[in-house]
Amino acid sequence: MSYRYAARKAVNGLMFTLAGFCAVATASIVLFILGFLVWNGARAINWEFFTQLPKPVGEAGGGMANAIVGSAQLLLLATLFGVPVGFVAGVYLAEFGGRWFPAVIRYITDLLNGVPSIVIGIFAYAVLVLPVKRFSLAAGGLALGLIVIPITVRTTEQFLRAVPVSLREAALALGASKWRVVATVVIPAAGRGVLTGTILGVARVAGETAPLLFTSFSNRFWSTGWDQPTASLPVMIFTYAVSPYEDWHRQAWAAGLVLLLLMLAANVLARLVLAGRGACRS
Amino acid sequence: MTVSGITRAALIRLRNGDRIAHLVTLAFASCVLLIAVLLVAELYASSAPSRRQFGLGFLFSRDWDPVAEQFGALPFIYGTAVTSLLALLLAVPFGVGAAIFLSELAPPRVSGALTFVVELLAAVPSVIYGLLAIFVLVPPLREHVQPFLQERFGFLPLFQGPNYGVGLLAAGVVLAIMILPFIVSISREALMAVPREQREAALAVGATRWEAAWHAVVPYARLGITGSVFLALARALGETMAVTMVIGNSPTIHASLLSPGYSIAAVIANEFTEAMSEMHISALIQLGLVLFALTILINALARLLLLATARKGAVGA
Repeated sequence: MSYRYAARKAVNGLMFTLAGFCAVATASIVLFILGFLVWNGARAINWEFFTQLPKPVGEAGGGMANAIVGSAQLLLLATLFGVPVGFVAGVYLAEFGGRWFPAVIRYITDLLNGVPSIVIGIFAYAVLVLPVKRFSLAAGGLALGLIVIPITVRTTEQFLRAVPVSLREAALALGASKWRVVATVVIPAAGRGVLTGTILGVARVAGETAPLLFTSFSNRFWSTGWDQPTASLPVMIFTYAVSPYEDWHRQAWAAGLVLLLLMLAANVLARLVLAGRGACRS
Repeated sequence: MTVSGITRAALIRLRNGDRIAHLVTLAFASCVLLIAVLLVAELYASSAPSRRQFGLGFLFSRDWDPVAEQFGALPFIYGTAVTSLLALLLAVPFGVGAAIFLSELAPPRVSGALTFVVELLAAVPSVIYGLLAIFVLVPPLREHVQPFLQERFGFLPLFQGPNYGVGLLAAGVVLAIMILPFIVSISREALMAVPREQREAALAVGATRWEAAWHAVVPYARLGITGSVFLALARALGETMAVTMVIGNSPTIHASLLSPGYSIAAVIANEFTEAMSEMHISALIQLGLVLFALTILINALARLLLLATARKGAVGA
């Protein structure tokens, strides 16, 4: 009896350790990633990286100023297109839904969220690049915006639903019509949550590379307009990392570090925005 | 007009406001549906030349020769399937173990911190995984791991042939790391949704913490965990950049995991901008269609499983 008990205790301890090892190892991958990027990127990063255009092949030096601006332009376009559509659709799901239609929309949204980003890129290519035979900033923005939409829909719905029913009832009892309740009570109450979701959604597409390869493509110079090919940080990382040049590898690390730091900053910012809400309530 | 008449008119207008708001939001929600329909229609229409030319044989042909305009998807389907399955094989035991630890065994504070870090892992862009894979993962694979595998297990066809470092094994390992956070966080949620009584009953009859977790909680969350695995599989199938950077980009079929291969997403990423002929582009779009169909199918299944667990959890509680 006590022998069996000891054996069970031993199994318990062993599995505890194994499972704990899995969890800690998974978490420590983040530290590895961050460590390698800081180690390789910090040595490569300099003022030139942020202010200069890429140098032609074979010349050392140069930077990625155009790609940094290009990425910002792409994200702006994606946000302007994707966030409003996703937000209003999310309001519909949370507030105005009928019986079966919202369930269909919700399911489709989840499926869209799972579509590989490169397939979204093909779609943007077929719609905006193929007809005019030119890669463009607009096509890249469209692709990223299409990825933002399902993310925004679901986070908006989730945070609107978290607003207590009593708030709505109080406003309705005062005689406000439904749309006024939604617009002036529910949405402001869920504002911080929705903002968090938007930050995380935009941060996610900031690192998307695959849909940009054949929509916004790349450009060694400043992009001159929304209908021109435009460089972006993720695509530059890809091109430079698979190239055979030592100096390009160095710059790929620098760009990777910048991208990852932006990503971490967005995640921490989102946490702070949410934490602010908690503080207000208590 | 009387005062009551004015207020009535105002009330009617406000009610109409509700209707307008309903219609406007409904229109935006329908956009989501419209996008999905357009996406399918566009992929289907743009791949027409290739579908007409090759028919179903496209899926079973091993030739991929843009110059001769011969296109077959088999090497890419093979590469995608092998790397994704390899990734699942490596990531599922690890991920489920971590999820059990986070939801059942760890003290809440440790669990909270580790969960946040694991979620950060999901936020790291694919191209950064690729960058690290090229310079940090591939060299040790080439110099230590793969020679070791060849020496010890070289009698298996899986580990024969030349060793380049890049190849199916490297791609599978990167994919495993990339899907790990999805498995961990979704499995963890499924485990957390299991009613408390389930654990307490097992502990009350004298089960150890592990026995309660393994025999009472995990079976209850089985559907949800399966759902997380399918979701991760869909991610792995569609993952592009990191795979493109380390799979070796060779449209061939070898039994060996050490040999270079190609995946559907990777060939689209590499050849799309260089494709000149209409047939080449159309064949690449058809590959996109195949990828789309595969991921939609697996995602749909995963979502149904997750819905089923959510419902079961609600009934149980």
